[in-house]
Amino acid sequence: MLSEIVDIIVYIFLAIGVFFILLAGLGLLRFPDVYTRLHAGTKCTTFGSIFLCGSIILLGVKIWFWGNTDGSTLAIHSAAALIAILITNPTGAHALARAAHRSGVKPVGAVIDDLAGKPPRKSQIKKKEDEK
Amino acid sequence: MIGAFNTEFFIVLGLLVLAIIICLIRVIKGPTAPDRIVGLDTINTIVIVGMVIFGFISGSVIYIDVAIVYALLSFISTLFIAKYLEGGEF
Repeated sequence: MLSEIVDIIVYIFLAIGVFFILLAGLGLLRFPDVYTRLHAGTKCTTFGSIFLCGSIILLGVKIWFWGNTDGSTLAIHSAAALIAILITNPTGAHALARAAHRSGVKPVGAVIDDLAGKPPRKSQIKKKEDEK
Repeated sequence: MIGAFNTEFFIVLGLLVLAIIICLIRVIKGPTAPDRIVGLDTINTIVIVGMVIFGFISGSVIYIDVAIVYALLSFISTLFIAKYLEGGEF
């Protein structure tokens, strides 16, 4: 009884995760701009990977509950992979968006660049002063 | 139980490969360099999730350890490419 309920929850999680990862691919293909593509390609994959890794963690807990110690190893290592994704994916997206803005890519249909007057970076300012 | 042949998980892996192919179209087509890097970053995340699921299917947890190391290395490579696009110093 309990095993079947966990199986149904795992299938629902797998469906949600795969659906959102396919949505990420679709957004990458259809959006017009670097920033909107980042929005699709990073948030959707993070959300989908939460559910896909969560289903594996649930299966590991189920196997461990039935007396097999391999399940605990599976659950803990999947949780570590999920934590690695959750930390690194938004940080990488932030760095990419900043790099895209500083390398001169404008959003589609943008009229005013609000960040145009910002100083680029402390090391670059110091380098310009040295050149002067 | 662990390492059992599950048809549903192979269907999930096939759909993940489909998503990777869609991202590859963006990597090939992308007009600017940041577009291609966004596609590569998305492919990295999908590959990590696929490794976790394949570790469950094949019954060997070593694939999940490989996925953890792959996640950290792909994060570092993304940061370096972002620094390169920015034109800054390291």
